Amino acid sequence: MVLGRKVLMKGNEALAEAAVRAGCRFFAGYPITPQNEIPEYLSHRLPEVGGTFIQAESELAAINMVYGAGGAGARAMTSSSSPGVSLKQEGISYMAAAEVPGVIVNMVRGGPGLGGIQPAQSDYYQATRGGGHGDYRTVVFGPATVQEAVDVMGQAFALADKYRMPVVILGDGMIGQMMEPVVLPEPVDPTTLPLKTWITRGAKDRNPNVINSLYLDPEKCEALNLRLQAKYQEITATQQMAEIAYPGSQYYVVAYGTTARICRMAVTEARANGLAVGLIRPITLWPFPTDSFEKVMDDAKGFLTVEMSLGQMVDDVRLAVNGRTPVYFYGRAGGMVPSAEEVLIEIEKMTRGGGR
Amino acid sequence: MARNWERPKGAEIVYERPEALSDTVTHYCPGCTHGIAHRLVAEVLDELDVRDRTILIASVGCSVLAYNYFNVDAQQAAHGRAPAVATGVKRTSPGSVVFTYQGDGDLAAIGTAEIIHAAMRGEKITTIFINNAIFGMTGGQMAPTTLVGQETTTTPAPTGRLPERAGMPIRVCEILSQIDGAAYVARQALNNPANIAKAKRSIKKAFEAQINGHGLGLVELLSTCNVNWKMSPGDALKWLESNMIPVFPLGVFKDWAEAGSGSGRSEVAAG
Repeated sequence: MVLGRKVLMKGNEALAEAAVRAGCRFFAGYPITPQNEIPEYLSHRLPEVGGTFIQAESELAAINMVYGAGGAGARAMTSSSSPGVSLKQEGISYMAAAEVPGVIVNMVRGGPGLGGIQPAQSDYYQATRGGGHGDYRTVVFGPATVQEAVDVMGQAFALADKYRMPVVILGDGMIGQMMEPVVLPEPVDPTTLPLKTWITRGAKDRNPNVINSLYLDPEKCEALNLRLQAKYQEITATQQMAEIAYPGSQYYVVAYGTTARICRMAVTEARANGLAVGLIRPITLWPFPTDSFEKVMDDAKGFLTVEMSLGQMVDDVRLAVNGRTPVYFYGRAGGMVPSAEEVLIEIEKMTRGGGR
Repeated sequence: MARNWERPKGAEIVYERPEALSDTVTHYCPGCTHGIAHRLVAEVLDELDVRDRTILIASVGCSVLAYNYFNVDAQQAAHGRAPAVATGVKRTSPGSVVFTYQGDGDLAAIGTAEIIHAAMRGEKITTIFINNAIFGMTGGQMAPTTLVGQETTTTPAPTGRLPERAGMPIRVCEILSQIDGAAYVARQALNNPANIAKAKRSIKKAFEAQINGHGLGLVELLSTCNVNWKMSPGDALKWLESNMIPVFPLGVFKDWAEAGSGSGRSEVAAG
């Protein structure tokens, strides 16, 4: 593939190639729809660059292989879809606690339970609240296009290494399955990345390195938690990403991922009808881009959150707005995708001050 | 390792702490055989001269703190997942010597999938499997290897483990030896000096299976948990011999070095 030239790629394959170009040299995963093109692509692509691909016996094993590979110094990744990501939460919690970097892709499908295989956004709580046991967070990206998914992959590995923590890319079945033109980034040679001194490569001429999350002394366990929280506060202050379309509007639709693209169509239509409506599109879901809300709050009269769930991100919108304007919600669930027409009706309701 | 004493002139060192063990007092109960198992592994690492490229994958159970006791790099794993973590470490750093140290709850209950599939893939790792027929760290509950009739806090008196309710003990070596990627599989016991010497030979072979690139090596060590068995250390050793060995026969189940191996069981030569 030629650098700087647009190529047509399926979202999952583009993400996989972007991971390799971000220096990923280890992938372990387990088949689940709708993300299978990621492991399938990496099964031939990683060996080409001297990397390791493993089809694991379960999602549990896969995330724990990533924990091991990350601990040994590799840029390591796993991918799955909702039911599989539930299984991965054990390993993600250990990675957060032991401060081991890694990237987890979740191509979200409808739930709960086995759910369906159509796109959904109902894993927002799981992704943005840590997901597993304990008081931790993961950085979460919610890309809206295949290009953006490719772009955040490089950032995901960079932040994972910088903050020594797991980073989640929360896509949906649509992002994974859709083909779009993308410009791929220049490859990173992982041997040129800064040396990690904390990894387990053998205690030659130094004291042993131990990667661990067990703290039987509660004072030490609290100290770990305070250290993690300080890291999360720094990330919250410095790593928020969002797009604001039509700043200075009176009303805003708030949506991420595939839903944001549908909402953009509805906003365009509403503006053509003379309504002063903008769009806030979070790109980082954690840290949630509360700063973007502050930028528009002076003129804002209301926010409509639209999700492919029955209301999860809307909680973060309410926290960001903090009672200063009404917050409305519209969502579809179980793999149903809201249409621009449906969203337009909700926008019109909001501007009339109805519904909530 | 720095020493705070001077060797008397002409004196010869006949016994000392292996370099692969750290100078740390363990938390293990008096009478527990973990200390013997740790020492045997450390002696083997020293003899193979691989300490400075060895990574321990500690598991969950009494040996969770093993990372404090071995003088090697270590990564602590979730319950049962040590072979998966070891896979990630070894594939990332193929020149490393990677071993897991797991108990019977960790390996034979929650971690059955991970050990079987690590063997299936022929991972070049070594597993030290401590079978003491009980969950020690959590206070003496039934393990998959608990004997029929054995009393634990979840298979209480007067019946102990009832097969119709809780099944029969699982034999890990017999299962693992059926898997092509397992290069060396042996069961030994830590109940007397002769068996301890055999155990060390098996541990060395299991590491050599990894270092020579043959595949996964696993040594099951029949061990005592006198505290949860509610016995004196001496009685526990006798109980192991008279009750555990008949159910878990000792020997080498598979040895890559022996042509045509892979089935049956042979006594390892006394070391």
